[in-house]
Amino acid sequence: MTRVLIPSGALGLGWDDTALERGLAMKPDLIAIDGGSTDSGPSYLGRGVSKYARSSTKIEWGKLIEARAKAGVPLVIGTAGTCGTDSAVDWLFEITREILTEQGLSAKIAVLKSSQPVARIKAALAKGDIQPLPHAPEIDEALLASCTHIVALAGAEQIAAALETGADIVIAGRTTDTATIAALPLMRGDHAGAAWHAAKIGECGALCATNPQSGVIVIETDATGFTVTPLADGARCTPHTVSAHMLYENSDPFILFEPGGHLDVTRARYAALDDARVRVEASEWITAPDYTVKLEGARVAGYQTLLMATLRDRRYVENVEAWCADILARHRAKVETRMGLAPDDFEVELRLMGTTSTLGALENRVGDPVEVGVMGVVTADSQERANEIGKLLNPYLLHHPLTAEEEQPTFAFPFSPAEVDRGPAYAFCLNHVLRLDDPMAAFQLDVHDA
Amino acid sequence: MPEIGAVALKVRSKNAGPFWVTIDIFCGSDEAFQRISGGLTTDRVARLFEADPDAIKRFDIAELQVVKLSLPRPVVQGDIRDRDMHGAAWGPLIAELEIN
Repeated sequence: MTRVLIPSGALGLGWDDTALERGLAMKPDLIAIDGGSTDSGPSYLGRGVSKYARSSTKIEWGKLIEARAKAGVPLVIGTAGTCGTDSAVDWLFEITREILTEQGLSAKIAVLKSSQPVARIKAALAKGDIQPLPHAPEIDEALLASCTHIVALAGAEQIAAALETGADIVIAGRTTDTATIAALPLMRGDHAGAAWHAAKIGECGALCATNPQSGVIVIETDATGFTVTPLADGARCTPHTVSAHMLYENSDPFILFEPGGHLDVTRARYAALDDARVRVEASEWITAPDYTVKLEGARVAGYQTLLMATLRDRRYVENVEAWCADILARHRAKVETRMGLAPDDFEVELRLMGTTSTLGALENRVGDPVEVGVMGVVTADSQERANEIGKLLNPYLLHHPLTAEEEQPTFAFPFSPAEVDRGPAYAFCLNHVLRLDDPMAAFQLDVHDA
Repeated sequence: MPEIGAVALKVRSKNAGPFWVTIDIFCGSDEAFQRISGGLTTDRVARLFEADPDAIKRFDIAELQVVKLSLPRPVVQGDIRDRDMHGAAWGPLIAELEIN
């Protein structure tokens, strides 16, 4: 039997301290926590940085390092620093060293890196070792070369290699959400379907229970299945909350692809052990003929400048779409003549906050808004150019009249300067898998005494 | 006719990775599940989202009283034309559909 304590769905989201103490009292074999995902968009991977504040990360990670030292078991984090690039791993490694020094502790740290050199991915593409997943974008050598970061998602094998070093703390780059939890049960020979299924149920912490913000849960895997136990006061798992968690952020609620195979929970049985705990059996793991890991990549799609005006005049609010269409046409002509740009050199959108800014053409409700925010989004191939295009948009958003005859109107600007440079806008550009002969071939494992 | 959001317990949407969005309708009772599962056709969902009906993955899960719909995002998460980074606003569109 293997007992894994999961403090929270992600480092940076916090947890219930009393529940964590309860989890430690249960003598877990491992503490596992996730450090990120693609959920917050391509900018983090594109830049190789964390979404969460360093201060928050340091306080939470410090508590877990202290808990680990007391429990005397390994602490594992996957997808360190939101995106799991080498730079994000280095960032968390540095924080870890600071914490150990300040706490007067020492630890053996295994660092697993997932960033991929472009040359490796290009060679794999040429060799036919990269295959697209459904709805993957087209890729070629030039696109790969334009990526600022590419990572491969490590699975249980790479986490197992890190644990086998005898490390106290494992800081892993990009991993699947489940790998950090599934690795130890698999190493100990627990049921493979149970190990992966338990990991999927546990990866978001107490999101599989009532009182989901409480964070802390324990999963216990064995030869036939697993048990999930939420630890906060009032938090309960039921067969419904546990099985429903397979729906979360998953396009298929029964199948989960992982490096080396897939989990199938179609025949899984969920049973309440008592008011709070659930037992799950009959989950299946199906090994794939090829060992593949998923790739993620991000590149700069352009540089952006934003502008914002708010319209409060009733007539302008009622006619805002015609007003915007007129501005876009006039502004585009001015950019082309004054800056000498071709139509494809830039993009400008005016998004209407209060009417259609969220859904665009899919919006089917019509309201009677008091005011409308007009957000200008300019994209061009350099920040200077985007800013210049934004400056040409500024006078229209400030003074453009609905008709030529009327007195010049003025609209509300919330700040000055009106143009806000947003920097590079990144785009996800890979949804592919990389075939590996050896699971460690695309990953780097180092051990440090700190 | 009531809206799905009034019949169901909860409707939520979220990305399933950067290239897919998934909508979970938690019906909350067998009766509501029968009503929504039977009354909400995949074609109607496709029209609502201006999507290809064949590209929509649909799961009607009676044990959970859930109807789940997954579809490729029309713009990839974070694309310069993406307006909804986390895929949050697809759920409300479904919730506002009227159902018998």
